[in-house]
Amino acid sequence: MSGHVAAVAIAGVTFSYGDAPVLEGVDLNVAEGEFLGLVGPNAGGKSTLLKLILGLLEPQTGEVLVLGRPPTEARRLLGYVPQHPGFPRDFPITVEQVVLMGRLGLGHGWRRWLGGWSQGDRAAARAALLEVQAADLANRQIGTLSGGQLQRVLVARALVGEPRLLILDEPTANIDQRMEGEIFELLRALNARMTILVVSHDVAFISAYVTRVACLNRTLVCHRTEAINGRVIHDLYGEDVRRVAHRHPA
Amino acid sequence: MSEFLQALGQHAFLQTALLAGLLAALGCGVVGTFVVVKRITFLAGGIAHSVLGGMGAALYFGLDPLGGALAAALISALLIGWVRLHWSAQEDTLIGALWAIGMAVGILFIAKTPGYTGDLMSYLFGNILLVPARDLWVMAALDALLLLVVGAFYRQFLAVAFDEELARLRGVPVTGFYLLLLCLVAVTVVLLIQVVGLILVIALLTLPAAIAGHWVHTLGRIMLVATGLGAVFTSAGLALAYAPDLPAGPTMILLAGGAYVASALGTGLMQRRRARRRATRIETTRHGA
Repeated sequence: MSGHVAAVAIAGVTFSYGDAPVLEGVDLNVAEGEFLGLVGPNAGGKSTLLKLILGLLEPQTGEVLVLGRPPTEARRLLGYVPQHPGFPRDFPITVEQVVLMGRLGLGHGWRRWLGGWSQGDRAAARAALLEVQAADLANRQIGTLSGGQLQRVLVARALVGEPRLLILDEPTANIDQRMEGEIFELLRALNARMTILVVSHDVAFISAYVTRVACLNRTLVCHRTEAINGRVIHDLYGEDVRRVAHRHPA
Repeated sequence: MSEFLQALGQHAFLQTALLAGLLAALGCGVVGTFVVVKRITFLAGGIAHSVLGGMGAALYFGLDPLGGALAAALISALLIGWVRLHWSAQEDTLIGALWAIGMAVGILFIAKTPGYTGDLMSYLFGNILLVPARDLWVMAALDALLLLVVGAFYRQFLAVAFDEELARLRGVPVTGFYLLLLCLVAVTVVLLIQVVGLILVIALLTLPAAIAGHWVHTLGRIMLVATGLGAVFTSAGLALAYAPDLPAGPTMILLAGGAYVASALGTGLMQRRRARRRATRIETTRHGA
């Protein structure tokens, strides 16, 4: 363990698609072990920032380091749960196979590239499904799952590669509130062994779980969760947002 | 049918034709499954049709048309893959253009080839009865190559077919495997051109896998069932065409097409009936309570 390396270190990053700037002078340091919430309005640049961290985009200026190295070299240490899964729901594939795909790129020597899944891969897939309480879904076809079940499976797929940094993009956008609480309880438990970065539009809800909130609307401002108040939300969204009172974990 | 079986015992060209159909079925089962689940039928169509350019050029320069077809198929697969990766905005227009340009080049070459050039119709619609016995070895070698490559990199092909973004994040060279997949499609197209010709290839490439997808729901099983169906369609097509002296290629395609329509209607009907039965069951328990 290299305890002094930041999980994510972003310095002076500016990014634009064509003429419109999406991110301006963004600095962000996430320490290992942190549980960071990234909030902000739609089109505020949240997904773009995630893509920079994942190495799917490159910044025009500034630098992104993930676990002390360029993002593309850190990929095998990341788990990622996308907001919109990049596959058609009617694809002929079982839940177990979907989760196994999170093991790609692991293994040593020729096993990394050639042949099928190893015993270790299968055991890891079972363990990951067990951890998200979806072990009974292993043989189901992916298209038969409900929104909440699919979300659990996608978390399992991100966990199965034993990541040091788990990144989730709006993990609760398509599921009901009870399930939302369950997912965040799961993340809280996972946070004991990995850094977590979660994007959400729901600042009130996530501040009950995360240790720090980063507010992104082209520029980025960080707050300890204790400091979230009406003023912050007003500055971020440009209007008063109905807030739900909640207790902070000790 | 018995007439066909009797003839099969007597004529070597019929045995060759039957074997050619079975060898082609293997390719269309394995690679056709990827074409169907990855929804690249149009790309595969473009590859198949532009192959005529290579066959025409090979004829003109006095080379083996099968070799010309293979080279042309691989070139057009890479070209079409490159278009899809770099010009996605106009992908369909450009692939359509490559499709037609390849055919135009082929027809010009064939028209300018001196002497007897064989029958253009047999390139377009295939003539399984004219497959030379030595081509069986080429087909078997191509099949072995397909199985070897797909078997070795099954996980990567599955990932690229299923979820490109995830594959990229797991360190799979997505562009490379995508182009390799199109090259496998190209090889399969060449296998199938022997049997049904380049116009009809697309049906034999996709229909067996599409039918299999109605009934089984993992990639491996679809491959198995599609290979079996391909074998049935080519063999039965050959047998049905024999007595009335019909062209075998179109007979196989009509069989496959008919089976597809029947399978689609059948699964649709079954789903509706299952849904209705479930609804009635809920209704009776409500009233019973």
